[in-house]
Formats: sequence, C-alpha cells, structure tokens
Amino acid sequence: MSANQPGAPGAAGAPTGVDEAAGTGGGAPRAGWVARALREHDEHHDHEQVPDREQQVLDRIDRARRRRPRVREERITMSHGAGGKATATLIEAIFLEAFRNPLLEPLEDAASLTVGSARVALTTDSYVVSPLFFPGGDIGELAINGTVNDLAVSGATPLYLSAGFILEEGFPVADLTRIAESMRAAAAAAGISVVTGDTKVVQRGKADGCYINTAGVGLLDRDVAFGVARAQPGDAIIVSGPIGDHGVTIMLARGELDIEADVQSDTAPLNGLVAGLLDAVPGVRAMRDATRGGVATILNEIARSADVGVLVNEDDIPVRAEVRGAAELLGIDPMYVACEGRLVAVVAGDQADRALAALRTHPLGTQASIIGRVTDGPPGLVHLKTAFGGTRIVDLLVGDPLPRIC
Amino acid sequence: MKFVDEFRDADKAHALAAKIASLCEPGRQYKLMEVCGGHTHTIYKHGLEDYLPESITLVHGPGCPVCVIPMGRVDDAMALASEPDVIMTSFGDMMRVPGSKGSFFDAKAAGTDIRMVYSPLDSLKIARNNPGRRVVFMAIGFETTAPSTAMTIMRAAAENLPNFSVFCNHVTIIPAIKAILDSPDLRLDGFIGPGHVSTVIGCRPYEFIARDYGKPVVTAGFEPLDILQSIYMLMLQLSEGRSEVENQYSRVVPWDGNMTALKVIGETMELRPYFEWRGLGFISHSALSVREKYARFDAELLFDVPGVRVADPKACQCGEVLKGVLKPWECKVFGTACTPETPIGTCMVSPEGACAAYYNFGRMNRHRVKEAVTIEVGRP
Repeated sequence: MSANQPGAPGAAGAPTGVDEAAGTGGGAPRAGWVARALREHDEHHDHEQVPDREQQVLDRIDRARRRRPRVREERITMSHGAGGKATATLIEAIFLEAFRNPLLEPLEDAASLTVGSARVALTTDSYVVSPLFFPGGDIGELAINGTVNDLAVSGATPLYLSAGFILEEGFPVADLTRIAESMRAAAAAAGISVVTGDTKVVQRGKADGCYINTAGVGLLDRDVAFGVARAQPGDAIIVSGPIGDHGVTIMLARGELDIEADVQSDTAPLNGLVAGLLDAVPGVRAMRDATRGGVATILNEIARSADVGVLVNEDDIPVRAEVRGAAELLGIDPMYVACEGRLVAVVAGDQADRALAALRTHPLGTQASIIGRVTDGPPGLVHLKTAFGGTRIVDLLVGDPLPRIC
Repeated sequence: MKFVDEFRDADKAHALAAKIASLCEPGRQYKLMEVCGGHTHTIYKHGLEDYLPESITLVHGPGCPVCVIPMGRVDDAMALASEPDVIMTSFGDMMRVPGSKGSFFDAKAAGTDIRMVYSPLDSLKIARNNPGRRVVFMAIGFETTAPSTAMTIMRAAAENLPNFSVFCNHVTIIPAIKAILDSPDLRLDGFIGPGHVSTVIGCRPYEFIARDYGKPVVTAGFEPLDILQSIYMLMLQLSEGRSEVENQYSRVVPWDGNMTALKVIGETMELRPYFEWRGLGFISHSALSVREKYARFDAELLFDVPGVRVADPKACQCGEVLKGVLKPWECKVFGTACTPETPIGTCMVSPEGACAAYYNFGRMNRHRVKEAVTIEVGRP
C-alpha cells in the first residue's frame, strides 16, 4: 500500500486503528531507519557530547551560509524579486558574477564614481507597483522619490533623473497624464529635473498597465564615504520614522483582503532629511532607505557587510498602530515590510543623540528613534529583544512574507 | 494595540516565569509538546523560551498543517493544476511546500495558473469571474480551516456553481496526537493543546489523553502570556500529580466546541478510511473527504488524480522530529541537504515548522543568547 517508509503503520498491514479519541496503547512496528535514528538518538542522549554535536550542526549551518551563492531554481520565481535571500542569491550568483568590478561590488544603493575631478553617485530602479494609484501616492511619485532616496542615502545631492516608460496597449492616457503630473510635482519637491527618457509600448497582456524605470545622478559633494561595511561596535542604529506604512498600504489597496485601515504610503524624498542629518553629525557611517525587504533586511546587510552583531529593541521600533494591526491580522512582521520614505542610519555611538535631534527637526523625521546598537558579536547575526522580554534572531526572509493559515 | 498588548506584558511574564521555576523539581527534566504550529510561531517570535528554566524543553508537535502534507498529495495537486483549463487556488504557506518535482511556486513560474487566496471564498469569486475555467481549491488544514472549506462548498452548491471544486486534504488532530502518544519512545510530560482547533472541536476530545495516557493537557491561546500561563498550569498539574484537561483559552474556546462549525463539516465532509501524513505514515480516520452528496465539488472525483505516492527521502527524519523524539538538529540532513532554501522535509518549509524555526532562530541556545544580549549592550 505504501511506497513510503516500509514499516510505517500503513505498510504494516491495516492502518493503525485510531478510530476514536479513546484508544488502546501499543506502538506500530517501526522501520529500520527509524530504529536506527532512535538508537543513535539514545546513544548521544543525556551525554555530555550533546552540546558538541549541536554545536557541530550549528557550525555547519554557518559554513553553509557563507558558501558562494548558487541559483538552484530553473526558473525565476516571485521569491527572486522579494528582496530577501533569493534576491541576494540571484544578484550575487548571476549579476555580480557577470559584471564584477570594484564599483559594483559594495552593492550599495548607488555606485560612487569619479568623473574628471567630480565624484558622482549613479543609481537606477524600476517600479512595477500594483495598483498604480494608492492612498498616499502613485507609481509616478514612487519612481521619483525612490531614485532620489537611493542617491540621498548614498550621501549624494540628487541632481538629474531619467525616466523610462513601458506602457501596455490600451492603457488610459488620462492615467498616464496623471502619473506624469505627479512625477513633475515629486521632482519639484525633491529639487531635481527629469532630463531624459524613453517610451515603449507592448501588446495588451505583456505588461501590467505601466512600468517605470528611473536612473539618477547625484553629486558626492561631501568629503565622507558611507557604507554599511563601516559599521562598528558601539554605533547606534536609527530609523527616521514609523515603518511598514507603504507595504501595508499596498497590500490593502490591492483589495484582496477586505481589510480597511487608515494608512497611507510614506513615499517622500529623503534628500532634505539626509542633508540636515549630515550637516549636524559628522559621525554618520551609513544610511539605507528601507524599501523592499524592510528594516530587517537592512539590519542583516549591516551585520553581514561589517561582520558585526546587531541588537535591536522591539519596543523602540516605531510602528503605527494601524500598520501593526493590519500586519498582525495578516500574520506578517512589519520589520520585513517595505517603506518608501524611511531611512536607517548607522551613527557613531557618541553622536547618536545629536543625530536623533537633527532628524527630529525635519518634518519627515519627527518620529525618528534609536532602535538598537551595533555589537561586537555574534558576527553576522541580528538579534531582537522582543517587547515581551524574550530574544530572537531576525533573519533574512527566503522570499515574500507568506501569510500563515493558522 | 488594545487586546493584544495586554497579552504581551513583560512584567506579568516575569511573575509567571518565577512561578513556573518554583514548580520545577530539582533534577527533573520536563518535556512539554505544543501541538500547534501557531504556538511554535509565537514561542519563537516573542523569544518565550528565555523565560523558561533550562529543565523545561518545549517539543514542537505535528500541528503545522502544511508540514504534514505528504509529497504525493502535492504532486497530485500539481497534476490537477497542470490541466490547461484549471486555475488552482491555495493558501499562501502552501506555495513553498515541495512535491517531488518542486513547489507550487516553481509550477507557477513554469506557467501553471496557481493563485494565492486568503479565504476559500476568494476561490469562488475567481470561479464566478472565469466561467470558462475550472477552479480548484487546495483545501488544507486541521479542523480550524475545515469549516470555511465546508461553508464554501455549501455556498457553491447554493449557487450551483459548475466550475468550482475542492481538492480536500483536511486532516484531524486527534489521530495525530494519538499516533504520537502510541510511539513507545516518547517521553512527553504534557501537552499545550491546540487553540484554534479547539475553537471548533472544543476540549472534550482531549479527555482520553489525560485519562488513558496520564498526560495533562492545557488548551492554550496564541499570545505569549497565554502560552506561559498554560505552561504554568501544566507544571502545576505535574507538581500536584494530576492529569486533567484544562482550558486556558476559555475566552475563545468553548468546552464542547462550536456546534455550527462541526455541523457544516459533518454536512459536507466525512472521515477517510486512512490518510498519509508526512513523516507519520498512514493513520486511519485521520482526514476528511468531500461527502457524496457534494460529489460534484470533489476534485478527486472530477479529475483523474494520479494518486502519487512518493517516499519521504530516506534520510529525512521529519517523522521523528514531529513526534518529538528527535530535535531538529539531530536529523541527519538538517542544515546540510535540508535548509529553508532547499527544504527536503516539510518541517523545514513553513517558518513555523520545527526545523525551519530552529534553523532561523535557534542557532544560538538560550544561554548564549542571554549572554550576548546582556553583556554587549547592557540594556535590561
């Protein structure tokens, strides 16, 4: 009957009778491998070598984590776009492998280049959000702010953007006009110009209405280099405001959940906030905007790139009640949910308070908070002190955060 | 957040932890099994084990619905989904469960039309909107989710929807617990009873565990204080030499269950003679199929289901992990062949599966975590 596990209850003849809740004792015959496993289990059970064996397994996992990434899937799945482990693997195994050069290798939000005597930052990003219009913004505003923010958190003053449009046959011109108008407004608010562009139209069904790519150039006019690899034990980790607003807004705006909440996207240009921070605090080591993968992903990037530990306090992480409630209902963790107008900064420990004060003077940073510290161990791991008083490791997600059924 | 934060109060947790510690007999080791995957999730998410003395070990049980689905059933579902006119619908955490030829995610990437839904009723919506296609709902879960599948079948019948069916993989919790209790190697002292399942079946079905096996059961809620209080209640029973079924989750769980929910399950589904469980093998009367009255919504009758049987990979010891006999790290393939990126056994698939939870969160034992946190930052 069963090709599975000879000796499992099914294969032993009649399936084990468990007809009623009250039953008789006695076990089913066990397969050879089960017996072996149990014997091995007994052999090391209650012996002193147990911690050693466990440690060996843990070491093995750590080694496996450091192994060169390899894409095992034959096809691209949605996980590859989710910003977690699968995305990192794809980038490192395919793109970094193909394009490897010292400017790309740091994998920061923007590349730092020297052109003549000028130091410039270059970045690009594509926007495929669905729905195109959502509470608090639309794809156009996102396309400007996202690229401006990638430049800003690299320490650059954003100057010029390009805009590429991929439009689906049948897409309403009125919608495109609306998107262009909101891009104009966002560009004006961020103080940049869109100076070049491209338009392609694809057949109906080959795209989801409208996709936008923007690239941006900024001037690295400060004599400081930033990067998460510079994080040192003792540094403070700061977020500039409540997290998860954008991601939760989009999930609810898709209308698949029949949940309503008064949340809107936090999409905003961060260049003003960043300038204020950098003017006030020389000891800023790195900044990242917490987009796809959320704050948890950035914390992991800090821990891995700098080979340090990171410890954050759940109580200190600002999350709006509406966002927490929706995330709680959906069974997802706000730490992994995307923001579009929040940054995470790593700042020298003795300047943390000054940095916090500088952020809080800006309208986008009024709820900035020191969420944790960089520690000297265990390297590569992010720990969270939970509000409940326990501790857990915050890892990278494999793919999209999946809703749990129970 | 109101009605949530109250159940996550650290001060109350400290007080409970002290009471739990005072009930531990010196030198005695306690193994308590939380049956439900939702409890495992809470335990890891809130770092609850930090509150427990070293002598109490929590064993993660079989109550993770996607973890117990055998590979063959996934392959069967995939065969259904690959029919050109079929739209397969599934809960999100089913998407990554591996069959012998990959997961729903892989099939989706290869062009199969598989869609994630939050409720089986969403599948009905998809069926209504796609009259030319056949929509199949991959029904999984314990008694917790069975009522919603049942309601969906009844709704489909009322609407006379011609293009909707259910691939029924609902399982029942009691036979699984009994299979564990009958395992001769088991050294469990008590059970943290599944909360969500109990909202449907009540606490009465667990009475045999206390009566015939002498193990206390406390049905628990899903907030960290719920679980901590349940552990306290279990420890109190053990210290007083009692074995009873108690209900910690009385704000949600009625002792006799939810009659309406049980009625709709009974109306639309019946017990299968036997069903294969991942790692536990065949267990009789442990799963539900669609009743003949609703045969026109039973994908197993409408489609030519191959009935694939795939042996669990030999080295995979999910069964022993599910029974609490082995800890995840004691499995031969744990962390080498079997990782969250390349899960072999289902315990590694869902983040609440015992192995995935350990892989992601348990890499440092409690002691080392505490050390790391207190020494390095000095925050309380």
